[in-house]
Amino acid sequence: MHNWPSIDVLVKQVKTAKVTAKDLVDKAFEFIEKNRHYNVLISELKDEAYKRAAEIDDRIKKGEDVGRLAGVPFIAKDNFLTLDGFTTAGSNMLRNFKAPYQSTAVTKLLSEGAILVGKANLDAFAHGASTENSDFMVTKNPFDESRVAGGSSGGSAAAVALDMAPFALGSDTGGSIRTPASFCNVVGLKPSYGLISRSGVVAMASSLDVIGPLTKSVDDAALVLDVMSGPDGLDSTMIEKDAEGYRNIDSLKSLDGIRIGVVKDFMNEGLDEKVKSRIQDVIASLKRFGAEIVDVSIPSIELSLPVYYIVCPAEVSSNLSRYDGIRYGHHNDKAVDLEDFYLKSRSEGFGAEAKRRIMIGTYVLSSGYYDAYYKKAQQVRTKLINEFNRSFESVDFLVGPVTPGLPFKIGEKSDDPLQMYLSDVMTVAANLTGIPAISLPVGMVNDLPVGFQIMAPFKSDRKLLELSKYIESNMK
Amino acid sequence: MANTLSRDEILKLAKLSKLILSEKEIDEMQKELSSIIEFVSKLSDADVGDLEVSDQVTGLKTVLRDDKSINYGYNLDGLMSNVPKREGDYIKVPKMLSES
Repeated sequence: MHNWPSIDVLVKQVKTAKVTAKDLVDKAFEFIEKNRHYNVLISELKDEAYKRAAEIDDRIKKGEDVGRLAGVPFIAKDNFLTLDGFTTAGSNMLRNFKAPYQSTAVTKLLSEGAILVGKANLDAFAHGASTENSDFMVTKNPFDESRVAGGSSGGSAAAVALDMAPFALGSDTGGSIRTPASFCNVVGLKPSYGLISRSGVVAMASSLDVIGPLTKSVDDAALVLDVMSGPDGLDSTMIEKDAEGYRNIDSLKSLDGIRIGVVKDFMNEGLDEKVKSRIQDVIASLKRFGAEIVDVSIPSIELSLPVYYIVCPAEVSSNLSRYDGIRYGHHNDKAVDLEDFYLKSRSEGFGAEAKRRIMIGTYVLSSGYYDAYYKKAQQVRTKLINEFNRSFESVDFLVGPVTPGLPFKIGEKSDDPLQMYLSDVMTVAANLTGIPAISLPVGMVNDLPVGFQIMAPFKSDRKLLELSKYIESNMK
Repeated sequence: MANTLSRDEILKLAKLSKLILSEKEIDEMQKELSSIIEFVSKLSDADVGDLEVSDQVTGLKTVLRDDKSINYGYNLDGLMSNVPKREGDYIKVPKMLSES
């Protein structure tokens, strides 16, 4: 599954007319069509992609500079608003939604010459860890069709693993980029909170949501991050990008002097033994490369999942209150009055998981319970942030697994929402604290991929990429 | 295991959430929400003293932009194209009160 060279190589080939943008779109659709039975894409944008490829090839013939992603096909998770095609968020609520404007991230990629070829499947409104909550279909794991691809950006991860495009976009509220990246053997980057504009991305939980790339390599992730990052004036929660940007990340020559903390709390009995031994092998390699390895305990990390499943549904219930069927989204034709219209439109448009989260969020925010749940969760969140900050005073990075186990069977957890929530146990802390984190592919166990998670201090995305690049280059 | 949430609480939450639930959904919600609420109740033992709440992580405060009009590129036709019922440039909504 490595049918694409690096994005830098592709762009060079397009710019020197060794290949055309049309050739690349041909190749993308070759793999899209061959792999349709994996249920990866909600929509294929074939006509639009060929039209754009022709424009790009034309501009290259005229000698114009088409940009840093000239002719490179990509796939966006279907919660990114795009002017081409529909934007469904994987939900019946937005089944026929035609976006009237476009997400900044997609616009920035297009303005550098990238070509959108399709929109990827996800758990409806990004609620889930397996895409089994998609209102349309379940994405199958590229390594074992009886297993899930992970979620919620499962379509995006599977798309990259199946060579449908060199890169895809995902969103990560509690692990939704890292988990599917780990399950599908690709690189998944969750940048620092606020680094990429979320304007035009369907909101899930606004204090946690970030968007990021899923790619074949760390260099590709860095390039896509470099293009997408930086304030756009449309998202008021943004931070500045690194002064050096995110290119040329191969500066590390060894890991001498780098202190790496192993999150002890993730390496306990809840972790699959075989995954654990793979992760320990990687840690042993880091030591061999010169890093100083220390065990780190973050006492409140065991509370990060309960905190998440209060804060996240609270924000979800607020964000989903906008779906009333009046201006857009599913609506009921037979309602007798406005109240009835709201009730019927929402009850028909939302699936089981969205309803569950709206109800939990409403519960924890209701007077009488607010202090015990929501306020308490936000205080424990402060405690967690303080503990992470303290850890990063003595180590440069924190590492561990991405998920407690290998990709699970389709149906294995879908009947028990709490079991599904437990899959997020190792990923939510990075969202609650806002720090950058990555899932790096580190080989197979029982023919299924394992991801290695690295977390870095807030705004240290560049350092995170440099370490990841080093590991990728040296761990063959 | 006894359910933490009563059937009446589920119905009240559904009403506040502007959702109608079928009998089957009510039963499932009662069971599922009870186990989820029980799970998140682990927090009740956490010692937080008088720690401030964190509702954001960037530390940014009141981000303002210049008081100038900006063309965001939205167009009326695009915005109106998803409206289920319209009359000209107006959005039609069902009546506020039913006649009964």
